[in-house]
Amino acid sequence: MIVRKSDRVLVQGITGKQGTFWTEQMQAYGTTVVGGVNPKKAGQSHCGVPIFATAKEAMANGGFNVSVMFIPPAAAKAAAIDAIEAGAKTVVCLTEHIPAHDVMEMHAAAAEHGTRIIGPNTAGIVTPGECFVGIMPAFNPRVFQPGRVGVISRSGSLGTLVCLNLVRGGHGQSAFLGIGGDPMIGTTTKDALAALIDDPGTDAIALVGEIGGSMEEEAAELVAKTDKPVVSFIAGRASPPGKKMGHAGAIVTGDRGSYASKRGALERAGAVVVDVPGDLPAALDALMAEAAKRSGAQRLAD
Amino acid sequence: MNFEEHAGKSVLARAGLSVPQGRLCASAQEAETAARAIGPVVVKAQVPTGKRGKSGGVKLAATPEEAAASAQAILGMEIGGFPVARVLVEEQAAIAREFYAAVLNDPASRSPLVLFSTEGGMDIEEVAATRPESLRRMAVDIRKGFGPADARRLLLGLDLGEAAVPVAAMLVDLYRVYRQHDAELLEINPLALLADGRVVPLDCKLTVDDSALYRQADIAGLGAKEPLSALEERGRALDLKYIELEGNVGVLANGAGLTMTTMDVVSHAGGRPSNFLEIGGEAYTKGTEALDLVLSNPGVKSLVVNFCGAFARTDVMAGGVIQAWKTLNPTVPVFFSIHGTGEDEAVRMVREELGIEPYDRMEDAISAAVEAAR
Repeated sequence: MIVRKSDRVLVQGITGKQGTFWTEQMQAYGTTVVGGVNPKKAGQSHCGVPIFATAKEAMANGGFNVSVMFIPPAAAKAAAIDAIEAGAKTVVCLTEHIPAHDVMEMHAAAAEHGTRIIGPNTAGIVTPGECFVGIMPAFNPRVFQPGRVGVISRSGSLGTLVCLNLVRGGHGQSAFLGIGGDPMIGTTTKDALAALIDDPGTDAIALVGEIGGSMEEEAAELVAKTDKPVVSFIAGRASPPGKKMGHAGAIVTGDRGSYASKRGALERAGAVVVDVPGDLPAALDALMAEAAKRSGAQRLAD
Repeated sequence: MNFEEHAGKSVLARAGLSVPQGRLCASAQEAETAARAIGPVVVKAQVPTGKRGKSGGVKLAATPEEAAASAQAILGMEIGGFPVARVLVEEQAAIAREFYAAVLNDPASRSPLVLFSTEGGMDIEEVAATRPESLRRMAVDIRKGFGPADARRLLLGLDLGEAAVPVAAMLVDLYRVYRQHDAELLEINPLALLADGRVVPLDCKLTVDDSALYRQADIAGLGAKEPLSALEERGRALDLKYIELEGNVGVLANGAGLTMTTMDVVSHAGGRPSNFLEIGGEAYTKGTEALDLVLSNPGVKSLVVNFCGAFARTDVMAGGVIQAWKTLNPTVPVFFSIHGTGEDEAVRMVREELGIEPYDRMEDAISAAVEAAR
């Protein structure tokens, strides 16, 4: 799920204002965009790539493995299922406010065809210095620098803040994985954490969570098993219960999804959870120094 | 969108399900008239929240006079923060057994989940903890649906006797209503087996997905109005996500995650946020309206503007804030932190047009705002 230059990206909804702007940004940064979809403009070209009527047609004419959707909510289900049935390996779904029943249909289709959905309501994924897919400011060198810290965030804005803090503290990123703010997302915190644990380019992980749901608690199971240092910030500590804080997923009802539950689970698993995002780099430095000492001692013992 | 019991039952009735006879009443007089027509009744507070029984919001009435007295007692109560303005006066049912049934969106399986228990009338969390053997659950392939064979499989081995057939039919009907109306949750607790063998919903909790209201126009009018403050109503009209809080530090940020974080840091620095308001996504062009809204809260003593633009351009958001600032000319001090897409231009604009130097670290901007609000 870490995006590479070798990935062939299809942009669904390429001709719209946002589709055009972000396709240009992705291309300028190094993403391999192979085509776009707009049934009304099939056969033409846009941003220097061919426009197809459907994702299936794009697959038959040169192919792609990653699609990214600049598609309004009411049309999102059809677009996602088109990409899934075409054989997309990954669908990055930026759209917010897709009806939940449509989202469940998308997930059912994805499970059947072995497609990974990232999102809905994600800001995308970035591999600094290489390429990005979505609507993150990958091109801003104060926010993204090539490095060895993997970042997971539901939120694009908070993910941006965390990456900014990391760069300020001298840490570039191996990958930014935006997983989305919806309650039913295709790639969970745990899935993203597993990918970063497996990634040889990632030495440490910054896990950015939010109140609501139980994804952080589930991810804690993997935190306990990895040697890679994990630092975390959980947003929503000061949010009143019973209110949706913008993200449909960020709501606390009863004990479920509370800040205390998430922080407790991550800390018990060995992660360092900070109070404010600005403390992340220092926490990371301390954990990485400890890890280096441990592996040094291990080498001496060998 | 939440539906009160009577509205949920209207949705069920429109879909062809049989529900108890009842009338919605706003006064003791109306309740008395209704009871005279119906017979022995239950008088139930209509609020979009649970725990009505425990709060005294549900009373039995054998006569019209008792119905009037019960309605008098219940109307005007406050349950779960909702004032009770109406009661449902409903026929008393001859209950033989009480069950539990629900269909809901399940984030764990990313699919609809059908729940049934032979233990009705209590919280489902309590049933799951104390009588797990009575609780059945089935994740549904949403593309295939939930039919009679699925219902029979779900109920297999439960001691239902003759009721198994009507209960299975009811589950299929509930799933159909859930799908037809984009429900997040349709919960019937209790689902009653009556002495005459019929299975009827005695209560109904319905929540419809806000993102799907555009295609649920026929029932959206039946939904409960959220208890919004005047400022929250204004935010809603502007299509801005604004939640009024009791603090004194105004918060304006982009994106849900960053806005929650800004509130957290205000709180960590010893202050109290006076609102949640995010202008991320498509709303990032509404800086002017947003600032006006935040400053309209009389509790605000200082303001934090915290932008971290990805999709949302900080120069556009800052432009809106600056324009509003010049129009409104507020006296509260404001503290900026701006990063991400368009930050150079945004920082220059704030510096040149307002004569204010944005902070590099949001923590510093927030500490200064909390200090200024003291």
